[in-house]
Amino acid sequence: MIINGVTIDETFAEAFPMKATRVIITAQNSKWAMIAAQAMTGFATSVIGCGCEAGIEREMDPFETPDGRPGVAVMIFAMGGKGLAKQLENRVGQCVLTSPSSAIYAGIDGGKAIPLGKNLRYFGDGFQTSKMIGGKRYWRIPVMDGEFVAEETTDMVKAVGGGNFLILADSQPQALAACDAATEVMLKLRNVILPFPGGVVGSGSKVGSKYKALGASTNDAFCPTLKGKTRTALAPEIESVMEIVIDGLTEEDINAAMRVGIEAVCKLGTGNGVRRITAGNYGGKLGPYHFHLREIMA
Amino acid sequence: MSALTLTLKSKLTQRVDMSPLTVDNLAQKSIGEIKSISLRSGKRSFRVDALFELSGETGDNLVIKDSCSHLDYIGRDQTMGTISVEGDTGAYLGMGMRGGSISVSGNVEIFAGCEMSGGQIIINGNAGQLLGAALPGNKQGMSGGIVLVKGNTGERLGDHMRRGIILVEGNTADYCGSRMTAGTIAVMGDTGRYLGYGMRRGTILLWNKPEIPPTFNDCGSHTLTFLALFFSSIRHLDSSLSDPATVFNRIRRYGGDMAGVGRGEILVKVQ
Repeated sequence: MIINGVTIDETFAEAFPMKATRVIITAQNSKWAMIAAQAMTGFATSVIGCGCEAGIEREMDPFETPDGRPGVAVMIFAMGGKGLAKQLENRVGQCVLTSPSSAIYAGIDGGKAIPLGKNLRYFGDGFQTSKMIGGKRYWRIPVMDGEFVAEETTDMVKAVGGGNFLILADSQPQALAACDAATEVMLKLRNVILPFPGGVVGSGSKVGSKYKALGASTNDAFCPTLKGKTRTALAPEIESVMEIVIDGLTEEDINAAMRVGIEAVCKLGTGNGVRRITAGNYGGKLGPYHFHLREIMA
Repeated sequence: MSALTLTLKSKLTQRVDMSPLTVDNLAQKSIGEIKSISLRSGKRSFRVDALFELSGETGDNLVIKDSCSHLDYIGRDQTMGTISVEGDTGAYLGMGMRGGSISVSGNVEIFAGCEMSGGQIIINGNAGQLLGAALPGNKQGMSGGIVLVKGNTGERLGDHMRRGIILVEGNTADYCGSRMTAGTIAVMGDTGRYLGYGMRRGTILLWNKPEIPPTFNDCGSHTLTFLALFFSSIRHLDSSLSDPATVFNRIRRYGGDMAGVGRGEILVKVQ
């Protein structure tokens, strides 16, 4: 398959079941809601080293949020429920509670409830109070900047993590420009996040390493500087490869994100140095979700 | 299909226990069976058709017309459906109610909504004493649901209240929110003396500055985020409390009752 001169490989992205939740952070203004959300989703690129993958889903207008203030929807993904609950509590406690004028609410219904303000309330040292409003329990925790409001729980749902595609380009600036084009449209979609910095992975990995202590190492087959030294997957003209990783609530959400992302990249075409789109997989043995590039783009 | 309507035939001289006539109990019964239900009145009993004219069909709605203050226990322990009362009601309206809704066009007597745990009661007139309270000797009053009173209420509103929301558009008498364990009472009018007497936890939200009891301490003026959640949760009600023009989030906070547990609060709108 070739779109606008860009070759779409006959391959698939391999993704895994994850657990996810969405929370809504509000603050006095959109600037501070975004600061809290950025802090909470920092150092959350990969479950391998960060314990979770998190990202900002979208900004919310005041009329959309529970308390009528500007907000940001954040999604957080982990491999298991316990890990998700721990990461959520730590991140909300250290990054949202500490962010001035903030409040946090559940942003998703329909799964198993996990604590949001339920344990954070003890920060109130006995001065915390709870309010049942509209069938939901909220905690009001007195803090130095006023009162921190947190919904007691949020729901944890099944999700899919690790959808991806690789962009192969003639140069590093051209690969990055292609990624920018893709992430710009992908970040507009709901129910997905791109957990890596700016949505882009500059150093995709393969499973295993020559060093016993490492479970993953550089994906040498796609490293352009190793073209002459390893079993390369790259054509001679490829100088840079970048990956976009997608976590989403459902397979359909990841499908949609991959489609608009690849479309945007292909729109740039070979004239802008984009040569090929491929995807990362482990031979189909590890992850139950397979996103076939050609089916998505058909 | 018109709702099952019970019209009181004549003025009552004795109080009547209406607790068998809930939507839950009537939904599966025929008109004939409903007519033969026995209602207690003092030491006597009356068939429903001896006291009421019946019309309409059974379903999720029940209408009581020409009601008077001698009809007690309307909607007792109700879990579903709506009861619309045209006129006044007696005591114990919606006692122990768990779901559904009751609306009354007139006034209600004491213990309305007492020990209810869910559902919605709307009283267009005045309410008597001990609205949303616990029965004498019990320690747990209203524990869920919403009560809206468009008129005034009597003494000891929300006594021993544990959860839920009581909204009053008019005034309340003395001991409003006495011995509250938790929950929220909002009053647009004036409150009497001994506000929040023995209050343990919970919130009394006021539009007008009350006589603050000496056992409540001034905690200063604040802008509270949770008030937006509260007002948003009552937005669906046809009430001046839910009018966007009356919504506020700037309050003066008084903590108490410091003579007891002291974790309750009186929040007064900053004018």
